[in-house]
Amino acid sequence: MSAHRADTVEVAIPDSVQSDLRHGRASMVNRFFQWAATFSGTLILLTLAAVTAFLVLEAMPAFTTPTDELAHDVSWYTEAGFFAYVGPLVFGTLLAALIALIVGTPLAIGIGLFISHYAPRRLAQGLGYLVDLLAAIPSVVYGLWGAMVLAPAIVPVQDFLSTYLGWIPLFAGPPSTPARTAFTAGLVLAVMILPIVTAVCREVFLQTPRLHEEAALALGATKLELISTAVLPFARGGIVSGAMLGLGRALGETMAVLLILSPGATYSLFILQAGKHQTIAANIAAQFPEANTSGVSLLIATGLVLFLITLVVNMIARWIVARRAEFSGAN
Amino acid sequence: MGKRIDVSDLNIYYGSFNAVADVAMTIEPRAVTALIGPSGCGKSTFLRTLNRMHEVVPGAYAEGKVVMDGVDLYGPGVDPVAVRRHVGMVFQRPNPFPTMSIKENVLAGVKLNNKRIAKSDAEDLVEASLTGANLWNEVKDRLDKPGSSLSGGQQQRLCIARAIAVKPSVLLMDEPCSALDPISTLAIEDLIHELKDDYTIVIVTHNMQQAARVSDKTGFFNIEGTGKPGRLIEMDDTRVMFSSPAKKETEDYISGRFG
Repeated sequence: MSAHRADTVEVAIPDSVQSDLRHGRASMVNRFFQWAATFSGTLILLTLAAVTAFLVLEAMPAFTTPTDELAHDVSWYTEAGFFAYVGPLVFGTLLAALIALIVGTPLAIGIGLFISHYAPRRLAQGLGYLVDLLAAIPSVVYGLWGAMVLAPAIVPVQDFLSTYLGWIPLFAGPPSTPARTAFTAGLVLAVMILPIVTAVCREVFLQTPRLHEEAALALGATKLELISTAVLPFARGGIVSGAMLGLGRALGETMAVLLILSPGATYSLFILQAGKHQTIAANIAAQFPEANTSGVSLLIATGLVLFLITLVVNMIARWIVARRAEFSGAN
Repeated sequence: MGKRIDVSDLNIYYGSFNAVADVAMTIEPRAVTALIGPSGCGKSTFLRTLNRMHEVVPGAYAEGKVVMDGVDLYGPGVDPVAVRRHVGMVFQRPNPFPTMSIKENVLAGVKLNNKRIAKSDAEDLVEASLTGANLWNEVKDRLDKPGSSLSGGQQQRLCIARAIAVKPSVLLMDEPCSALDPISTLAIEDLIHELKDDYTIVIVTHNMQQAARVSDKTGFFNIEGTGKPGRLIEMDDTRVMFSSPAKKETEDYISGRFG
């Protein structure tokens, strides 16, 4: 296009650059960053190994000491053994986390879609910040709010559910007043996992390739069809990842559950009834201050179980994401 | 199938910027109309107004008339979604849905249009559309594989199959070969020749040889300078445009003196 490219241009190399070249400072910086990145990566593995080692070592006495001796030492432990003890706790943990996930994920997908595809840009940004702010609230505040505000306020909802949907075992009555139940705990957990799940969903929705959105639109897709043909299938892996991050948080959440839930150790599906459930994390927090050596070991053993559950959950999530990798658009 | 489109007084905007001004054009049914011109002259923008895809960009809109079959596509009460179901589009880069199989990709538009389709009808339609896009023999044994497993040229033909599966009246192609190798380009050009028996085709291309090879009519768009709107300079039979165009601008562009 332009015809005056023939002139040679003299470019002076500044002294600083020349000295850089000579002393190879650039390569030093490169090596430093490579080292720093490798170190950080290794540190994660080491931390994980250290946590595992701590859990296993500290939990050992709970498995090696004879059961009758433990039952004698620890007031809340019986001769039925460790698995009889941890079983209801595992059940309670999974139950509360599942409620959180079932309530929280659709809500997060909805908020994410609203922010990415429906809201005017300004509103979307504000709403995004607002949801992120939810993550800044300390869990003890959620706990207090759940116990003091939500537990009394949710009673009519519980009554409604048990009256009209009581034939489903989950909602069987009589519902407790105030509602210090797995239901309330699950709802508060749902709010607590919203920020992370929403953030992940929003990001993957925003990353839907323009090309695929236009392909759907050009075929005559309405907004809803655009979302169901181009956005959601593309975001599937991301949604699962987000949900699993949320599940991880819900499984391990301690303070909120401790403050809300009236504990009990049963395999009860009746989520509207108080005194039937407890989670591993809340149980550790409740028992730890007054536990003796054997008690601590038992509690850490339950912690190890929680760790394993989280690990399995994450592996399942990865498997779900990888199962249809061929169709993910990543190739 | 195959409809005439009459465009008059069409002005296209991005916000307050007038990107294309005063276009008047008749697009003949069952023929290939090529739109050529330098980058940024508005030919793709113009193409996207023919199926109301232009307005999916925030702030973008068009004024004027685009009449197809007696209906002004920009008239009151016209649903852009309905317009797009009659005017299909093939994009610059092949864009099969990555989460769908080859078969699902072909049926994607049909599923949007009437939701339910009997299984045997669906299979017939998949075969007919893929055959129409000259792809059937290459993919008939792996219809359940992801669309993204195909080569670029095959993906583009899959997109054409997807577009013709809904039996549109008009097929718009926005530089459909620019991301493809010469062999795949040839395959698409052959396909365009066959498709024009049934469809009205409008193709935007950067490649003047391609315009000369595939089209019956050619329109030349140009732009006076940055910030100025693009305009349709001249439109005529492709043979005339490439041998004795009426305007000097057209001749300069076609003979490679600029652009």
